[in-house]
Amino acid sequence: MAFLSLSNISKVFGTTTAVENFNLEVEKGQFVSFLGPSGCGKTTTLRMIAGFELPTTGAITLDGEDITYKSPNQRNVGMVFQSYALFPNLTIGQNIGFGLEVRKYSAADAKARIDEMLELVHLEKHKDKYPYQLSGGQQQRIALARALAISPRVLLLDEPLSALDAKIRVELRLEIRRIQQTMGITTIYVTHDQEEALLLSDRVVVMSQGHIEQVGAPASIYNYPSTEFVAQFVGQLNLLPVTNVDMKNGTCKLAGQNVKFEPMPERKTSDELRLAIRPEELHIGTGEGRNALKGRVESVLFLGSVVRLRVDVGGIFFSADFFNERRITLPRSGDEVVISFPEHSCWLV
Amino acid sequence: MRRKSFWSWVWIALGAIYFILPLYATFDFSLRAKKGVLSFLSYQNIFNDPNFWKTIEFSLVIAVFTIIASIILVVPTAYWIRLKLPQLRGMLEFISMLPFVVPAIVLVFGLIRVFSGAPFFLTNTFFGTDILLVAAYVVLALPYVFRSVDTGLASIDVVSLTEAAQSLGASWSTIMFKIIFPNLKVAILSSAFLTLATVIGEYTIASFMVGIKAFGPYMSLIGQNRTYESSSLAIISFMVTWGFMGLIQLFSRGKADSSSLSGAR
Repeated sequence: MAFLSLSNISKVFGTTTAVENFNLEVEKGQFVSFLGPSGCGKTTTLRMIAGFELPTTGAITLDGEDITYKSPNQRNVGMVFQSYALFPNLTIGQNIGFGLEVRKYSAADAKARIDEMLELVHLEKHKDKYPYQLSGGQQQRIALARALAISPRVLLLDEPLSALDAKIRVELRLEIRRIQQTMGITTIYVTHDQEEALLLSDRVVVMSQGHIEQVGAPASIYNYPSTEFVAQFVGQLNLLPVTNVDMKNGTCKLAGQNVKFEPMPERKTSDELRLAIRPEELHIGTGEGRNALKGRVESVLFLGSVVRLRVDVGGIFFSADFFNERRITLPRSGDEVVISFPEHSCWLV
Repeated sequence: MRRKSFWSWVWIALGAIYFILPLYATFDFSLRAKKGVLSFLSYQNIFNDPNFWKTIEFSLVIAVFTIIASIILVVPTAYWIRLKLPQLRGMLEFISMLPFVVPAIVLVFGLIRVFSGAPFFLTNTFFGTDILLVAAYVVLALPYVFRSVDTGLASIDVVSLTEAAQSLGASWSTIMFKIIFPNLKVAILSSAFLTLATVIGEYTIASFMVGIKAFGPYMSLIGQNRTYESSSLAIISFMVTWGFMGLIQLFSRGKADSSSLSGAR
């Protein structure tokens, strides 16, 4: 039996269905991310696990116990909010000890646990300060420590890094993963940042318009997206119009040029099919066993560690990504090029 | 001096004259109880009058009960509206402004009409009229108390703080007394001082409910019979009110920096 189970969960607000037919099982100790655009229902689902929203239908079980209608203060789940939600009138130590005081820990036990949590987040020297005296990143680490202090059964994080600047976000996300792995705590993480979801998670739940699009390991989600939405939302994607599609033999025409893909005999052909390929799968020049298309470079975009070429192939535009090197030699705008990609790197949607 | 700042000072000076001149005149008059000499005789007469101390003590006690009743009524209500029923906030604001619209004389006659008969009979005893007085003042102070508390709630993320406390296992009473009330200290103090100032000087309701027992009717009686003492009473009332306002400023400035506005907005 799964440690955390959501069965046929749905949530309706008035005439709006925020979450529909949501089914998920999470094993103990797993780090699962809910990934999707704003309004897709990921936060609503998290809040139903926390008990701040009641499901319209369905059931939630945690460690064998039905918690669907249990009040939030009886679920023993720790929550970290986007706005940190530290209590302004309490010191850092008192904030971390709040849940312990509610649970009637002795003074000695509470102090030991508070010190342990401060050591875990590397903020031992800030125990007697107030939240307003800390930076955003420090406040969020304290919020995490506070949630963990009560030894929750599940840790819920609602876009905890969204309010932080990019550099702090990168540091803190690794910190969160380290702490989660150290403590082995089951974690549900809500984010709209795909990089965060792919980096931190054991499994990713991609959501759209209130329902699950795909659930899987990060590599599986990225390399084998099961729907067009997942393919487009997670990572960059070229979606190219094709004609003369032969599903059985795995061939089609793109801007009059022949392209091969992995045959999909079980799928029906259609005039609306498009060829999907990730920009990083494209190479300059030909290669054995690769599809090769002639085109012209329309623009070269420098993105730091990545250089992106925009290539015009008979009026159809490709984006091709290359890792930047100091002495990289790339085509210039207007140059004729051949771009190539292996058959297995593309698929039809 | 630039033209703009010159005219600013002109308007400030005119406004100051408009407000300060009558006060100065009142103060000057209050010092002339002794013929031919400026003295604090009228102030001495007031402070030596046992009725002064009795009435101010009575009004202070009524004010304290009014403050307690107002806080118990308004704070949980305003909190719950912000937390669960934000769509009703507009209506609550409207209701809180009604005491400005309803004249005090209408309020007091309404209270007497309703609560003098069965099953209440509250006007038959001193204790009953004291209760009615507190109730009337709770209504009168409602705009100030609600506005102050609502502003205080707006400066903290009530929803997130409540949910954070709940996720940590806190009950509603723990949330109210350990999180909400402490973070509303400044707002509650401000509303308390405003209520105090309102109650101390109020005349209409007090004169109908309790008569000469309260400070407002006492001031009116002195004004009818003793000229210089009524002026000194007016100055004393202003001093007391300004003192409360000063305390509001002091607490607002001192505590706001440390207790609020942490977290992402």
